[in-house]
Amino acid sequence: MKKARKEKRNKRISIAFCSAVYLFLFLPICVVVANSFNATTSKPYLSWKGFTFDWYIKLWSNSSLLGSFGNTIIIAIVSTILSTIIGTLGAVGIYRYKFKGKGIINGLLYIPVVIPEIVIGIALLTIFSNANIPRGMLTLILSHVSFSVPYVIFNVRARLSGYDKSIEEASMDLGANRVVTFFEITLPVLAPGIAGGALLAFTLSIDDVIISYFVNGQTKTYPLKVMESIKSGVSPDVNALSTLVLIGTIGLVFLTQSGVLSGKHKKI
Amino acid sequence: MARKTTKHEFKSNTMPAIVTVGPVAILLLFLVVAPLIFVAIMSFCQTDEFYNVVYKFTASNYSKLISADYLKIYGQSLLIALITTVLCILIGYPFAYIIARTKSKKKQLFYMLVIIPFWTNSLIRIYGWRTFLGSSGWLNKLLVTLHIVGEPVDFLYKTGTTVLGMVYCFIPFMVLPLYTAIEKLDGSLLEASSDLGARPIKTLFEVIIPLTASGIFSGCLMVFIPCLGYFFVSNILGGGNTDMIGNLIERQFKSANNWPLGAALSIILILVTLLLVKIYQKLGGDMDSLGV
Amino acid sequence: MGTIVELVGVNKLYGSNHVVKDLNITVDEGEFLTLLGSSGCGKTTTLRMIAGFEEPSTGTIKVEGESIEEKEPFERNVNTVFQTYALFPHKTIFDNIAYGLKMKKVPKPEIKERVLEMMEMVQLTGFENRYPSQLSGGQKQRVAIARALINRPRVLLLDEPLGALDLKLRKQMQLELKRLQKKLNITFIYVTHDQEEALTMSDRIAIMHDGVVDQLASPTDIYEHPATRFVATFIGETNIYDGCVTSIKGEVATVTLENGAVKVKCDDSFSILEYATVSVRPEKMRFDTKPHEGFELVAVVKDYIYVGSVLKCIVSLPNGNELKIERLAGQELPAIGSRIYPYWEAEDGVLIHNDSYKIFKALDEIKLA
Repeated sequence: MKKARKEKRNKRISIAFCSAVYLFLFLPICVVVANSFNATTSKPYLSWKGFTFDWYIKLWSNSSLLGSFGNTIIIAIVSTILSTIIGTLGAVGIYRYKFKGKGIINGLLYIPVVIPEIVIGIALLTIFSNANIPRGMLTLILSHVSFSVPYVIFNVRARLSGYDKSIEEASMDLGANRVVTFFEITLPVLAPGIAGGALLAFTLSIDDVIISYFVNGQTKTYPLKVMESIKSGVSPDVNALSTLVLIGTIGLVFLTQSGVLSGKHKKI
Repeated sequence: MARKTTKHEFKSNTMPAIVTVGPVAILLLFLVVAPLIFVAIMSFCQTDEFYNVVYKFTASNYSKLISADYLKIYGQSLLIALITTVLCILIGYPFAYIIARTKSKKKQLFYMLVIIPFWTNSLIRIYGWRTFLGSSGWLNKLLVTLHIVGEPVDFLYKTGTTVLGMVYCFIPFMVLPLYTAIEKLDGSLLEASSDLGARPIKTLFEVIIPLTASGIFSGCLMVFIPCLGYFFVSNILGGGNTDMIGNLIERQFKSANNWPLGAALSIILILVTLLLVKIYQKLGGDMDSLGV
Repeated sequence: MGTIVELVGVNKLYGSNHVVKDLNITVDEGEFLTLLGSSGCGKTTTLRMIAGFEEPSTGTIKVEGESIEEKEPFERNVNTVFQTYALFPHKTIFDNIAYGLKMKKVPKPEIKERVLEMMEMVQLTGFENRYPSQLSGGQKQRVAIARALINRPRVLLLDEPLGALDLKLRKQMQLELKRLQKKLNITFIYVTHDQEEALTMSDRIAIMHDGVVDQLASPTDIYEHPATRFVATFIGETNIYDGCVTSIKGEVATVTLENGAVKVKCDDSFSILEYATVSVRPEKMRFDTKPHEGFELVAVVKDYIYVGSVLKCIVSLPNGNELKIERLAGQELPAIGSRIYPYWEAEDGVLIHNDSYKIFKALDEIKLA
């Protein structure tokens, strides 16, 4: 009896504690979502003036905001594709071949992961400005690739370490040559690691503020647009856009989780 | 002979190695190594009256770094980063423990709920806190309406607010490695410990914490180091009262235009990072668990 | 039956590590040949050279009379069943088994027909759409075998295919494999470290030790006439005595051991004063309460071990060596601590040339000279 009561009490404490942590995590997001429906029109858009959908309509005429969001998406897609290709090739190469300087490359990969972003940002800024590379889309993409590649490599490498090389031998034993083996066996088996790396690269790129802040030049990304507007007060149409993005991503995750987008139900 | 050539092609890995590793090597060389070396060089340079960098050796940037004002900011940065890290462990550990060891079917959901906030831009979320905590913010409205306080309280622009923002930004970086470490923990070890007469609290210190130490170490590293450089949190929530090293660097590059001084500050930050990584490795930390 | 696989003077070196030494093996068509040895003896390397995953450093491998070292694994008409099964985790069972046929561009309806037929043969009907991760160890094993056999290879190579299964399943699969092999009449080259598995399944066994084949013979021959001291100790339980041949009368030699003389059958390859080893299986050992003619061994009963069908008696010789003797049905058991006289029928013991003693012999000869 006593034990059961104690367990019940512990469980209640656990639930209360976790709820508090989740509240902490989601409170500002709730504020963001709520403020997207705020009818206030005066800066800094803080006090609640009633409910409206206006900001969701006004959003579509805010071309600089939409433009910055478009930049973010373009940069994220291009840098994700580049870093996924470079990272996957690199991970396979580092895993499979012996060469001089392998240890150095392995060590260097950790630099973008552990060094504070601001240092990476100013370092890239100084090199771009000295190499006379005009800051803008190109420098943003290069920078995003540079900090995403290690994450792709780590993801693919994790998949490789659990990889049984004998399945490639089995494939060749059964009559497939090296190229067919790569596309039939190696690539599909590594696919989850590659996809995980790509997803991480995309997320990092979309959310990046600090590094973009230093290398952007005149090109504004969505986070930088937000940063710019913070001093005068973030307008609720920014909140509205954030809300839409949030709904979109949650919806996408829900779809993938429930298996609609996964090809598991393939017929023979 | 034909045999020899095929054998040679098959055995030689030079070409495939270059094709696969080459791009990464070039990337690391030009976008990681070269920029950092350049920062190191610049930290010994001077500026002319138009704030242009002049490549003439000087150590004056480093001597500026030990001025009293700066020392105060270093102390403040380290303190804020330390408090943030400690709070992240104190909140994150029990939280990660509960969600990693729950038998609930919604475990996957609990995990996803930690990640979902990442998908809203971090600046906007921090700004959300400002909206919530400001003197005309929503928390004050609530407190005044409920007559808990008479006058709105100014929660913003205090060390505590910056710490709150930092904890908010970094707690997932603590929770995720801990979750991985705790989930790997073999449940029979806990049973064995209690079977051998250890009370839960003893089991915690004798079994659970030592076995999840790797997660704790990597979590600490992933919180403490980036915390030093996150300038926008103290910009938004600290209002310039809680400057950190990151704010100093940002200012040298964006407003004060003294790049060499900013470079010297960055070198300090790099040295601190390297020192902490060395300690982490000494403690037996695995570099790969940092890549999550 | 002709020769199907032939290894001629095959050597394999990894750097200075000589893992396979001058191997000469011929495998007959339809034969079940086992390469038996402990880990690191070179058996898996040998198999991988036949499959084409490793190249011999020197020597030739012929399949159906044709040298195949130049051929890539995917050009060879041999298939492998891997120790780890090596099933493709992202393909269904059907697609796994169909893989080889798909590579050969066999028309789809035929693939389907043959795969389903093969699945029936290995009792996996109904599992077409499952993934390897959804199968038990034994089922994965069957898929691995089916995937290889469907290509109708001339030779099937099996690398410890039953190693990961539990004992009961292993026994069952041994019989099934043997049945499949007879039915399809395919040559099996089977690698294992499990001597019992080798003895039950094989037509012939090659016992490998340090990269060398110590003996290649039928299971009965290997058990009853081990060619080397290693083979005698590796296969089954035995009592080993090192000694010196002191006299030879007709087909019976007297070997003097540290603990006294014994008698054993020998052939004319042995000569007097040669160092040699006597091996006697526990079930061939006898004991008596009085000395036996020609045997000078005296031992003390130390313990009895009951192993299901038989009772084994552990006795110890004056020099501390222990012998195992199986009790004959109905024989009276001497008390522990009592003295007995071990012996055997001369033809039940095996006399083996002792290589390690050759060097001492050579030294002795030098001294005598």
